[in-house]
Amino acid sequence: MESITVTFKLNGKTTAVAVEPLASLRTVLREHLHLHATKAGCGQGGCGSCTVLVNSEPVLSCLMLAALADGQEVTTLEGIGTPQHMHPLQAAFFDKFAAQCGYCSPGMIVAAKALLDKNPHPTRAEIAEALAGNLCRCTGYVAILDAIEDVVTQMQEA
Amino acid sequence: MGVKQLGIVGQSVKRRDGIGHVTGQTQYVDDVFYTNMLWLKMVRSPISRGIIHGIDTSKAEAFPGVVAVITAQDVPNNWYTILCLIGVEPNDEPVLAHEEVMYIGEPICAIVAETEAIAAEAAALVKLDIEELPPVLDLEFAISPDAPAIKKWGNNTFMYDGYTHRKLRFGDFETAIQQADHIIEGTYSLSPIEHAPIETHCCVVKPEPDGRLTVHSNTQALYFTMDNTAIILQVPSQRLHMIGGTVGGGFGGKVDVITEPITCIAAMKTGRPVKWRWTREEEMRKSSTRAGVRMQYTDGVMNDGRIIARKVRSLEDSGAYHRHSPYGVQKHMANLPGPYTIPNVWVDAYCVYTNRQPSSAMRGFGVTEATFAVECQMERIARTLGIDSWEIRLINAYRNGQMRPVRKVVEDATLIETIQAAAELIGYDLPAHLKAMNSDDYAGNGGHHG
Repeated sequence: MESITVTFKLNGKTTAVAVEPLASLRTVLREHLHLHATKAGCGQGGCGSCTVLVNSEPVLSCLMLAALADGQEVTTLEGIGTPQHMHPLQAAFFDKFAAQCGYCSPGMIVAAKALLDKNPHPTRAEIAEALAGNLCRCTGYVAILDAIEDVVTQMQEA
Repeated sequence: MGVKQLGIVGQSVKRRDGIGHVTGQTQYVDDVFYTNMLWLKMVRSPISRGIIHGIDTSKAEAFPGVVAVITAQDVPNNWYTILCLIGVEPNDEPVLAHEEVMYIGEPICAIVAETEAIAAEAAALVKLDIEELPPVLDLEFAISPDAPAIKKWGNNTFMYDGYTHRKLRFGDFETAIQQADHIIEGTYSLSPIEHAPIETHCCVVKPEPDGRLTVHSNTQALYFTMDNTAIILQVPSQRLHMIGGTVGGGFGGKVDVITEPITCIAAMKTGRPVKWRWTREEEMRKSSTRAGVRMQYTDGVMNDGRIIARKVRSLEDSGAYHRHSPYGVQKHMANLPGPYTIPNVWVDAYCVYTNRQPSSAMRGFGVTEATFAVECQMERIARTLGIDSWEIRLINAYRNGQMRPVRKVVEDATLIETIQAAAELIGYDLPAHLKAMNSDDYAGNGGHHG
């Protein structure tokens, strides 16, 4: 199949990449652009570990064709914070032990950011609802909810 | 000495790998990419049991983009030898099946290609000629005389020192059960459980110019994997440069040394880096699980709640091959009586083979299952006799100095104290005679003493 060129804004930078028409956004991010924070857990929209933001909305990048990202704004965990400049959510996940094996953490943090950007004062139930599509097998959801609630509290106090 | 003086004990310490995890900078095996890297896909058995008459790989080999096809004859020592170093024998599981298949999903041949999609497409072109045989899928049927023997040694159980099951005999169950005021029976079953780590199995191997192989593995046991891979490849272990320690969830599901040997062979055969990563379906349906198990209890209990006799028959489903199950059943046997002082115990624990995906290690395997059954049974005894749930456990809890059925004298017992502390934590006020019990006091359980 002939490649097509997809141009989109990726973590704030305009990016053009040649992709197979049926390549998923996740495959293009991970295997063409080598942004590995976005994880591959199931490839069928079941685990949430590949969650990225497309125009600020959380999207399962394994189910989205890269071609559909053309002209859109895509943000991965790399665009949210770095080890030197962690986003408050990343700092809270680290401080509150909300990342055990770490494999679900990128998707969790991206989904949490999408929530807080829209609703800076969510209840615990609203946080849980926003993360309902993200599976964790070892950290435990309590620590993850605690970390996000901690950020909400910090934002209220600030 | 105060806890603070110990330095790190009692202190909250930040995880060394935590910042990498929350910023997505931690490198998992699937994040490893090499230039010129090939991809591997496995052709697996479509049926539960059968005899292999032919594996026709010609169409797959001719498929554009396929670089190598690996079958049993490419494997220097075609046995998964997982526990051979601790005496779990005979070897029963081929790395790649060539004579027979024993479960749906058993690996038969590997396709190595320029892309993952090409490897998957070519894998579908391998023509398998397999004569289907009736599978053995039920535990009771598997050990009945009517079942076909699926294991080469002539039956469907692991042989423990010549016996079809692991026996534990302590005291005189047969006499004691006659003297009991009540006989209380219970059967407890668990279905198999898949670990379902979010990161599926993945291995990347790069052949180096000096003849070594760089092996990126998400195994939970790097040196164990190195040893077993070296045995299968028939190479000295220093030829394997193992890189691991970062696992995206394991829970016992990543200690079977399943991906590394094949990926190494693919890299050796092609001279190029190779990646093999499992799909979610492979992880759920082909990787090993916690064993399904069926445990039957027959207890002799006195009116005052003391258990004086316990007999357990347990069937654990190892699936098609050993993996870690013969060892798991050994632990299972030792834990089936529970943490209670029972002077007359009889346990028969079977490691049963069926034509299911193999079961293996998973968090406390063998032990957790036994604990589930023991505590359900304790509850049943309490309800049958109308004795309080706390009291039934405290009466029977083992005390220091008592002999356990496995011939180990109890030392440092804390069961009574732990139960008392648990009661306090949830605000349950134990009656005075239960509060007064301790692990050095035998009066509470009728003076049972070693």
